[in-house]
Amino acid sequence: MELAAVLNWIRRPDHPSGGRRDVPAGLWSKCPRCATLVYRKELERKLRVCPRCSYHHRLSAADRLALVLDEGSFEEHDEGLVPDDPLGFVDEQPYPARIEEAQRRTGVPEAIITGTGAIEGRGAVVGAMEFGFLGGSMGAVVGEKVARSAERAGERRRPLVLFSASGGARMQEGALSLMQLAKTSVAVGRLSELGVPFISVLCDPTTGGVAASFAFQGDVILAEPGALIGFAGRRVIEQTIRQKLPDGFQTAEFVLEHGLIDAIVPRGDLRPTLGRLLRLCGAPPAPAGAAAGPLPTLADGRPV
Amino acid sequence: MAVPSNLAGPAGRPGASAPSDAAGERLERDLERIEQKVDELKRITAAEATVDLTQQIAALTARAEALREAIAQDPTPWQTVQLARHPGRPKIGDYIAGLTTEFVELHGDRAFRDDPAIIGGLGLVDGHTAAVVGHAKGRDTRENIARNFGSPNPEGYRKALRIMRLAEKLRAPVVTLIDTQGASPGKEAEERGQSEAIAGGLLGMSRLRAPIVAVITGEGGSGGALAIGVGDVVLMLDKAIYSVISPEGCAAILWRDGSRGREAARALRLTARDLLGFGVVDEVIPEPSGGAHRHPDQAVAAVAAAVRRHLAALTALPTEDLLKARYAKYRRIGYLKDLGQTAAPAGAQGASGTAGEGA
Repeated sequence: MELAAVLNWIRRPDHPSGGRRDVPAGLWSKCPRCATLVYRKELERKLRVCPRCSYHHRLSAADRLALVLDEGSFEEHDEGLVPDDPLGFVDEQPYPARIEEAQRRTGVPEAIITGTGAIEGRGAVVGAMEFGFLGGSMGAVVGEKVARSAERAGERRRPLVLFSASGGARMQEGALSLMQLAKTSVAVGRLSELGVPFISVLCDPTTGGVAASFAFQGDVILAEPGALIGFAGRRVIEQTIRQKLPDGFQTAEFVLEHGLIDAIVPRGDLRPTLGRLLRLCGAPPAPAGAAAGPLPTLADGRPV
Repeated sequence: MAVPSNLAGPAGRPGASAPSDAAGERLERDLERIEQKVDELKRITAAEATVDLTQQIAALTARAEALREAIAQDPTPWQTVQLARHPGRPKIGDYIAGLTTEFVELHGDRAFRDDPAIIGGLGLVDGHTAAVVGHAKGRDTRENIARNFGSPNPEGYRKALRIMRLAEKLRAPVVTLIDTQGASPGKEAEERGQSEAIAGGLLGMSRLRAPIVAVITGEGGSGGALAIGVGDVVLMLDKAIYSVISPEGCAAILWRDGSRGREAARALRLTARDLLGFGVVDEVIPEPSGGAHRHPDQAVAAVAAAVRRHLAALTALPTEDLLKARYAKYRRIGYLKDLGQTAAPAGAQGASGTAGEGA
């Protein structure tokens, strides 16, 4: 998608733009959709789903992994990969400065965390995107980590489970970002030939070059309720067709109705649903006492 | 220890080598002044029957032509964008005519409708069957409207992949011709799964058991271009562009000012010369003097010759080798740094960055 729509959305001060910062340090949190004030502990207990309107707050990559993985099962891989600046790209600030700022704000080195873990006792290769990191945009590092995850899934014959949350390809790496669509596609294509299943979970938002590559190449494609899912930006479409788009356009519900995804899974059901799918896909039980790498933590400091 | 290394991608980076915007714009301004002068002289001639300025007009027109040629010879990135979009550039029909004989166009995705923004079919290239698929910009406004200015809908990408699958079955190679602003942004496109259609094209091409030569002939507009562009060899005309986003779209996002496309065009490094250095394209096809629109026949002949040469080489390769090389080619594109690796899988590579197929 044109990143414009997504970026403008992020810039809206009243809108959550990442995992942690949408819950202020105070005791109460205001739902961005229904404006209800929710006791923060209550919101955490509900997995950040608004108890009044069921709005699914965005989760950071670490929180996402904490939500679905068995405790202590996560082992991170490739966390040392960080972006370069091949174009020498400068807009209002140089690309390396933007990266540094994103790293500082999110506490993660890039827009995806990848590794291995277990879901309800079944081993899987997993990755979760960090929308707060430059809009979850895909440059060479995201492409590389997704491709390595697919390769790792193939080698270990473990299903691949990826949670996407991205505005699309990263402009600051130019056509090299575009090529990450091809990079992830060759890796997913070969994984498919090896007969290893790939479950893609579309989180809010999944658009542009990520939607148009690995996210829509899953054997099973799930989405969270209300997630923005589509290719082109809403504003670009409205300008092109010269009419307003209806409410609910490009939502998880919209793509389900149009036959483009398999199911919408409320956050509370995500772990059991993935567990059941992994069993049905024949994923072997995870080895007991799986090595624990550096653990992601929940927003309240609780380890995964 | 932090050891920055290009894990992936070609060694060395291309420096920006296009002329500065200042120099290029000076030529543009000169051209504009001369064109205004010619208009003025023509007006005078029309108004005053007694004045004959034919000679002056001819001289100035010749100078304007020379300036246009000079600009096209060494364009700035923004001028390259204009040249890549020039309405007089050869269209897919010209390339098909120059490359194939006995071409039969195949229509439709077998599911929804025929997308006129994509033309595809079978023909003979040097006596052998080949599939040719590409974006179809129109020759005039009427055809452009009918073909949605070469911006495909999902059914266009599904048609393209269907024709490529046919080539695979026939053990025939595939030639794709890329010239689009991008995939169509529209209500129906979203309803029918534009993302899935592009993702499906990428996935299909990534493992297609047939040689693929992709040529960027004009505009390579983002995912809508790449969806038919995953070639074993990617060629690019030297005034074509290939980018993750249009310069205007990029400027609108970064500076909230779509009119700053000139700056964005330079920042995006979207010219053939830049992309050759980055390993995004494999070969640049020189255009005739002044650009492809000045001598369309020569441009078509140059493209056809390059495609024939690469087809001959690729069709000699065993399919397995072809797929391995294609995997490695796309697997290594991009630049990144590794600040310390843990538990890299055997298939993911070290500093050399070449990803093996047989991991």
